[in-house]
Amino acid sequence: MSKGVFEPKIIGFFCKWCTSAAADLAGTSRKKYPANVIPIRFFCSSRIDPQHVLHAFEKGADGVLIGGCHFGDCHYQDGNYKTARRIALLHNLLKEMGIDRRRLRLEWISAAEGEKFTKVVTEFTDQIKSLGPVKGNGA
Amino acid sequence: MDKLIIDGIEIDPNPQKTVLEVARELGIDIPTLCYHKSLTPYGACRFCVVETIWKGRSKLQTACTFPAWEGEVRTNSEPVKKARKLILELMLAEAPASEELQELGKKYDVNAKRFTVVEKKKDNKCILCGLCVRLCKDVLNIGALGFEDRGFRRVITTPFNEKSETCSTCGACEYICPTGAIKTKDLSDQKINPNYSEFEEGLDKRGAIYTPFPQAVPNKPVIDVDRCMQFKNDACRICEMVCQPDAIDFKQKEEFIEEDVGAVVVATGFDLYDPLNLKEYGYGTIPDVVTSIQFERILSASGPTVGEVKRPSDGATPKRIVFIQCAGSRDKENHLEYCSKICCMYTAKHALLYKHRVHEGEPIIFYIDVRTSGKSYEEFYNRVTDEGTTYIRGKVSKVYKDNGKIIVLGADTLSGKQVEVEADMVVLALGIIPKQGGEELVRRLKIQCDANAFLSEAHPKLKPVESQTAGIFLAGVAQGPKDIPEVVAQASGAASKAIGILVQEKIAFEPTIAGVDDTLCSGCSICVGVCPYNARELDREENIVKVVEALCQGCGSCSSACPSGAAQQRNLVDRQIEKMVTASLEEK
Repeated sequence: MSKGVFEPKIIGFFCKWCTSAAADLAGTSRKKYPANVIPIRFFCSSRIDPQHVLHAFEKGADGVLIGGCHFGDCHYQDGNYKTARRIALLHNLLKEMGIDRRRLRLEWISAAEGEKFTKVVTEFTDQIKSLGPVKGNGA
Repeated sequence: MDKLIIDGIEIDPNPQKTVLEVARELGIDIPTLCYHKSLTPYGACRFCVVETIWKGRSKLQTACTFPAWEGEVRTNSEPVKKARKLILELMLAEAPASEELQELGKKYDVNAKRFTVVEKKKDNKCILCGLCVRLCKDVLNIGALGFEDRGFRRVITTPFNEKSETCSTCGACEYICPTGAIKTKDLSDQKINPNYSEFEEGLDKRGAIYTPFPQAVPNKPVIDVDRCMQFKNDACRICEMVCQPDAIDFKQKEEFIEEDVGAVVVATGFDLYDPLNLKEYGYGTIPDVVTSIQFERILSASGPTVGEVKRPSDGATPKRIVFIQCAGSRDKENHLEYCSKICCMYTAKHALLYKHRVHEGEPIIFYIDVRTSGKSYEEFYNRVTDEGTTYIRGKVSKVYKDNGKIIVLGADTLSGKQVEVEADMVVLALGIIPKQGGEELVRRLKIQCDANAFLSEAHPKLKPVESQTAGIFLAGVAQGPKDIPEVVAQASGAASKAIGILVQEKIAFEPTIAGVDDTLCSGCSICVGVCPYNARELDREENIVKVVEALCQGCGSCSSACPSGAAQQRNLVDRQIEKMVTASLEEK
């Protein structure tokens, strides 16, 4: 990373069946996207404990991207519904902790949506860049 | 007991049956016009006349009504032949316009010259045998037809000579009429919807009971319940009457059969891109613009034209056929973005087969690129061009009719000119799309689809027959356009993979199934409600939750729901995840 330019660190929590597969597809399709997102693969997005997200922010992540399957597509029947509810609550909690809610994003990206994956990662990285480092401005 | 002798064959008399029935059982042919197995004999046409000899007295009787009593029956004696000729002569005078009767006249060397045809009967085809009337009333329970008037003025018509409201336009009368006198369209104002054969792509008709196609497995007829008069009107049952092994069962129903299976191969196949989306090519308005699969049927020896190349509009042999490749494919803006892969080769085959059937024929193919990626495909393409097929590189912009001729307007991008071709027939090499109506199945099996709704394999290179879900395999065009050798190869692969699962004594699972830390669990049972597989249950004695390991699929929902951290996903516990996060965020 060159000095002076802010390169955010983003943790990506992706489910194995959809978003992770979409990341694979983006790779095999030779799509380009910023390297700021570090993916961590879960079996289901519903494995993501809000605590993991908070932990990531605590350890210096500038953003957290969560990817799951579209509603109705969950490999584990309804895990993504649970995720949706948890993240909605977590968004409220983040505000109280003084973290901009835009730093946490939840997206449904299916295994076929390599294009969407690159789009979301690019957009989110740009957004975090514009928000700046998580500790730097207190946001 | 006295015997019955038919044409010298001695049998036991059986008055329950008629002479005609007994003779047919013996393989003796007695010609008849007004007899049908499903109807009571009527003796109207008299054509089945036979000579009966009883106690030395000879008489002419109609075989369809005369019981098979003892005595002698001669079906082809001189008096019979003479009488039959006379009957035919009279019928020809009554119904001179019937082509079927004229054919019969030629066969029996009879014409109606001895009798003057009355002016009024000149266009008549009906011999008043009443088959249609009896069938409509007795068998079909409708009764839309009847006799009117008497003697010379007698005709068969609908009540009051008006268009019938009760007629169901089933077409049975038209089918059964021996002289071609009755036309369904004359009876009713209702629109007639013939049963078009699905297999022949609408180029031929089929009955309400039919074998789907010649090599169907099982090769057995099915009943179209929307068309069958038994289901529509509680009538008919002719098939049941004629089926000798009594195989017809109207009570059969579609049923769901539940099976426990260890593996599933999804091979739902494909449909053609809807040609009506390609308005500029005139499909649906110009009858001689056909789809590639229709042309395939036209070329087939078991098809509607028995393999002779005839165009649908008038049955003429087309002298010039224009094939339009990429009809719907490779058109990102308007239609399908992808290449349908098989069209180049089957169009080349179509052109070659057409050229073989119609030697003076002129196949012209419009193409964007000719893609011949396959073993011996390029050589085949070369053979097709060598044998007189013209390839024009460019797309067709419009197909229209002008003065009864089909005009194909296109571009030749090699010479940079616009081309206008007069054609007798146009074949659209339509793109292929995943089978329509299979979405629900795909959703239930939780198979991922790509942007074009083809099923996604687990990995494009390393797992081309597996789906993301263990035990579900993909085969055929459902996964993407491919030709027959490729489909066979993929299907063999999928089958082998499925067998690979089935022969295992134990199934290996991911090691990341749920676990419970007994010391932390308070038995609150939040995780029990969260688990979609009922893999967690509360042990009431110990007041902790236990995991049914065989049921757990390892989603981890329970771990994140647990307030105390007792529920954990083995080998992916919170501590591990936190370490992963920490390591990812460390400055390098």
